[in-house]
Amino acid sequence: MSVSTANHSAKQVLSLYRSLLRQSAQFAAYNFREYARRRTRDAFRQHKSEKDERRQQELVQRGLRELQVLKMKLDGKRWRRDDREIVEGEG
Amino acid sequence: MSHLGPTAARHALRICGRRAATSSPSFASQVSRTCIATQPRRSYVSESTPKQATVNVERTMQQDQQAFIRETGIAPKDTTLPGTGISGDTAMSPAAGILKQATVMDEGTRPIYLDMQATTPTDPRVLDTMLPFMTGMYGNPHSRTHAYGWETDKEVERAREHVAELIGADPKEIIFTSGATESNNMSIKGVARFFKKGGKKNHIITCQTEHKCVLDSCRHLQEEGFEVTYLPVENNGLVSMEALEKAIRPETCLVSIMTVNNEIGVVQPIADIGKLCRSKKIYFHTDAAQAVGKIPLDVNKMNIDLMSISAHKIYGPKGIGACYVRRRPRVRIDPIISGGGQERGLRSGTLAPPLIIGFGEAARICKEEMEYDTARIQSLSTKLSTALLSMEHTSLNGDPSAHYPGCVNVSFAYVEGESLLMALKDIALSSGSACTSASLEPSYVLRALGNSDESAHSSIRFGIGRFTTDAEIDYVLKAVQDRVTFLRELSPLWELVQEGVDLNTIEWSQH
Repeated sequence: MSVSTANHSAKQVLSLYRSLLRQSAQFAAYNFREYARRRTRDAFRQHKSEKDERRQQELVQRGLRELQVLKMKLDGKRWRRDDREIVEGEG
Repeated sequence: MSHLGPTAARHALRICGRRAATSSPSFASQVSRTCIATQPRRSYVSESTPKQATVNVERTMQQDQQAFIRETGIAPKDTTLPGTGISGDTAMSPAAGILKQATVMDEGTRPIYLDMQATTPTDPRVLDTMLPFMTGMYGNPHSRTHAYGWETDKEVERAREHVAELIGADPKEIIFTSGATESNNMSIKGVARFFKKGGKKNHIITCQTEHKCVLDSCRHLQEEGFEVTYLPVENNGLVSMEALEKAIRPETCLVSIMTVNNEIGVVQPIADIGKLCRSKKIYFHTDAAQAVGKIPLDVNKMNIDLMSISAHKIYGPKGIGACYVRRRPRVRIDPIISGGGQERGLRSGTLAPPLIIGFGEAARICKEEMEYDTARIQSLSTKLSTALLSMEHTSLNGDPSAHYPGCVNVSFAYVEGESLLMALKDIALSSGSACTSASLEPSYVLRALGNSDESAHSSIRFGIGRFTTDAEIDYVLKAVQDRVTFLRELSPLWELVQEGVDLNTIEWSQH
């Protein structure tokens, strides 16, 4: 969750920010929705002027992970396991 | 018996026929005419079939409604049911009515949740990590012979690490239990019973404002022949170190003092108590259910030997908790639950991987977010308590500085706490611990602070957490101010107070 300046192209970060906010708005429960929005906004503001490149990378990764959680939450893909049972492949 | 049926039918017909003839055409008679086949002439043998004799309820109601509309010209959709505000249409079709109520509920009649000391909502991130273990990954973490066991075992151990990190412990020192109550029982009874085997130490020190499960465990031990000292607290809710030091005897085996009180939110001087206990070689147990994940804790720096943790107070699932049991110097306890020897033999029984993994994730998030959450809860708490305390005759219970900001317990003098809770139906609040919320007894914690019965009765606890919003606090402030004023206006005592009468000088007549 960060807005970095030069290296991680500002566009990319901005798009992450936007998708996080958009996904946050999908929560049905008021408290979770407000929290997700507020947390995203605060985190991006907090790291607005992050200069360290590695730290930037880290924060972007974290943002992507959060986005993943928000998305999973909505389409329920995690309900299924990704690996299949042995007999499944044979048929 | 075959003659009975026709006789009854004949009897019914005679009554029916007579009534139809004498009364003017009413709804009822119209109905009977259409639904029950009436014979134009009297005959002794009825030709009616069972089908003709049954009353079709729906059709009858429809006919009644149509007749009513014809007569009065009022259609149900145009009217409302007096006193309820429900439209006639909803009232006539119950299913539609329920649906409508349900949507209204969705649109915003769910109360604001401000009872975070009772329990907290499960964080969506926690739920997300739990779900795979509730569906596909169902292995028993103790199964060492196949992949199903290995995958859950790996994640359970990771969760153990997260919980340990949160309190600065080693993962091996974390024992998963069903919750803080079990952990408290396990620690207190376990240590005491282990020492009883040695036969020397039989004294336990705890404090009057502890949670019920600690007090009850101690009471239980008293019956087994232990001596228990229930330390009094000062007016601010804190245990005095001198009193504790005086209470310690050579045969004392355990001191159990909670970190953050569940009703008033005071933070006890845990580090000092830990140091004192370590110097006297006494085990120190702390019930940290309300403290873990909310204030920084370190079992090594604070010299804590046993600690109870609950998952559902840190945005995790209910039904899981942990007990920290120190390994170096080793704390020996007698297990309450014996069996397969899981959890170092201290708590046998198959672990619950989904709950534990959720707990671990909750602990991880708490550690990561502690700074952010603390700052936010602090700001909301300051806003709430300053506004509440600026009202007349209100007071904060518990020490204002050694205080966890997420728990604000305020006394509103001259207002009955329970009636205020009733008036604040749109806010989920409590006057104290959830365990005792069903009884009308004043809180024993507030009594222990030296508050009067009246003051203890008029106290309300506000619990603020990670998901509380600014708008909610604004709403609560307005609602509390409005309704406290309203209830006080009704109170004759308040009238006397406004006139400047000191209530303590009044001699109430005895009945």
